[in-house]
Amino acid sequence: MATQTELYAVPAQQDDDAAGQAAFDAVIADDSRIEPRDWMPEGYRKTLVRQVSQHAHSEIIGMQPEANWITRAPSLKRKAILLAKVQDEAGHGLYLYSAAETLGTPREKMTEDLIAGKARYSSIFNYPTRSWADMGAIGWLVDGAAICNQVPLCRASYGPYGRAMVRICKEESFHQRQGFEILLELANGTEAQKQMAQDAINRWYAPALMMFGPPDDDSPNSRQSMAWNIKRFSNDELRQRFVGMIYEQVKVLGLTLPDDQIRFNEETGKWEHGPLDWNEFKEVLAGRGPCNSQRLARRREAHENGAWVREAAAAYAAKQARKTEVA
Amino acid sequence: MNTDSATRITPGNALRPEDIAASDAKAPEAVAEYALRLGDDALILAQRLGWWVARAPELEEDIALSNIALDLLGHARSFLTYAGTAWDKTEDDLAYWRGEEEYRSAHIVEQENGDFAKTIARQLVVSFFQYELYTAMLSSKDETLAAIAAKAVKEVDYHRDHSAQWVLRLGQGTEESRTRMIRALELTWPYVGELFEDDDLVRSLDGIAVAPSTLRATFDEKVGAVLAEAELEVPEVQPAPGGGRRGEHSEYLGYILAELQVLARQHPGATW
Repeated sequence: MATQTELYAVPAQQDDDAAGQAAFDAVIADDSRIEPRDWMPEGYRKTLVRQVSQHAHSEIIGMQPEANWITRAPSLKRKAILLAKVQDEAGHGLYLYSAAETLGTPREKMTEDLIAGKARYSSIFNYPTRSWADMGAIGWLVDGAAICNQVPLCRASYGPYGRAMVRICKEESFHQRQGFEILLELANGTEAQKQMAQDAINRWYAPALMMFGPPDDDSPNSRQSMAWNIKRFSNDELRQRFVGMIYEQVKVLGLTLPDDQIRFNEETGKWEHGPLDWNEFKEVLAGRGPCNSQRLARRREAHENGAWVREAAAAYAAKQARKTEVA
Repeated sequence: MNTDSATRITPGNALRPEDIAASDAKAPEAVAEYALRLGDDALILAQRLGWWVARAPELEEDIALSNIALDLLGHARSFLTYAGTAWDKTEDDLAYWRGEEEYRSAHIVEQENGDFAKTIARQLVVSFFQYELYTAMLSSKDETLAAIAAKAVKEVDYHRDHSAQWVLRLGQGTEESRTRMIRALELTWPYVGELFEDDDLVRSLDGIAVAPSTLRATFDEKVGAVLAEAELEVPEVQPAPGGGRRGEHSEYLGYILAELQVLARQHPGATW
């Protein structure tokens, strides 16, 4: 059976192509890279479209909780930094949608899926940003967790995705540092500021840990993704590594993590943390988090309100093209 | 219009507000009063544009509008930092702790975003105005004003291009976009005149400030050319009286400042 992708630049392929499969297997065994025009198994393509588009959606929806504080940022310098950061996220979204398009799915389709509620994005962005300190906690914990997740993805077997991640990780590491700096300033500020910082850490800690996904024994897609060299480390491995990092960093802030069970296990050589509420994770994932409706509604509204603008741009381009033809 | 490489601006050499604060430049009071006008226009428009983030018609526009806001915010920070040197105040003292009547922004930047066409109409006017203003300011006898203008004019040139490209597309796109664009121009034009009014302060700063009235003819010619290419006309509407330079503002400014200043004012004396 032939599979036709929705973008003409991406070649149609026969699913039962023995030579294609052999070439693909050799590339994976060699830990080398698959490129857009290479033959690839349909499952590999689908997995990547799902993962890369979810990642893009996360960047786009993730703009909202931070945009919530752009107009209220407490200094002009912080306002400028926050604007630049949210702008970076829009850029990451664009970059990732483009990477996903190389797999044959157009951006319009991915956007439609998102606003129809058919696509997923990182659950973390369904939590509200209640105080300025949340800008710090998001940078330090949420972007920090994202980096732990994403650095190994720079070596993902699909070329366009891996290369996109290289650039994204560079910017994310800036984001994490600016988040930490916001918290550091607050932690050394007035009592009210310090309290604001601690409160934000308390609220973002567990959701940030859950960003790595369900525990390994409850993560059905992980095994195949690891076999395809898309995913390099398991959810729990990455989570443990992250806990070890922030356990040390929080000391610099003079603040605490809301988990008294964090410890380094000498026997296993791994960091351990307290239990996480996976029911809450599933609830938010199922659409019942604090801001799910709000986030999707805003994206849908922006898309619908912008329809006439996109139509105008397309109509103008068509007119110009006709003029060029005549001339 | 400049459409060549986006790398024309070299951030490493550009003047930053921190450089002004660290220098021994001290603005005479009249110059500081003048710098407040420029800074407030840029700050209030940046604040307005910030609303569009994650609301624009297309991702590319989220990026473009936030980038323009970011440029304007940079200009505002430089002008306010420089103004503050006259009274020993920081950019944040001036941004967060002045009341409505102490602001010097023009009414046009205070106007509501409206739909995308209205935001673009406002951008068209302000970016073409600022481009002529900063170009003229390059030869200001005040070195700091000239240096800020040198950085700003390159960025505002892109803002001009952005707004002009959209006016063409909305003006000649669909029936709906054309109707919206015409309406947006009508809503915006009453506030154009205020930008070009001279007053005693500007007249007292001969060779330092730019007399806005001297920019009007060029502005009309260039904006007129963009509108003509889009097959649009300069709307015939009654001018609004303005008064922003004297601290007499639109009803919108109070709300804008309430949002901008709320957190800073909850924590007097705090640093961020």
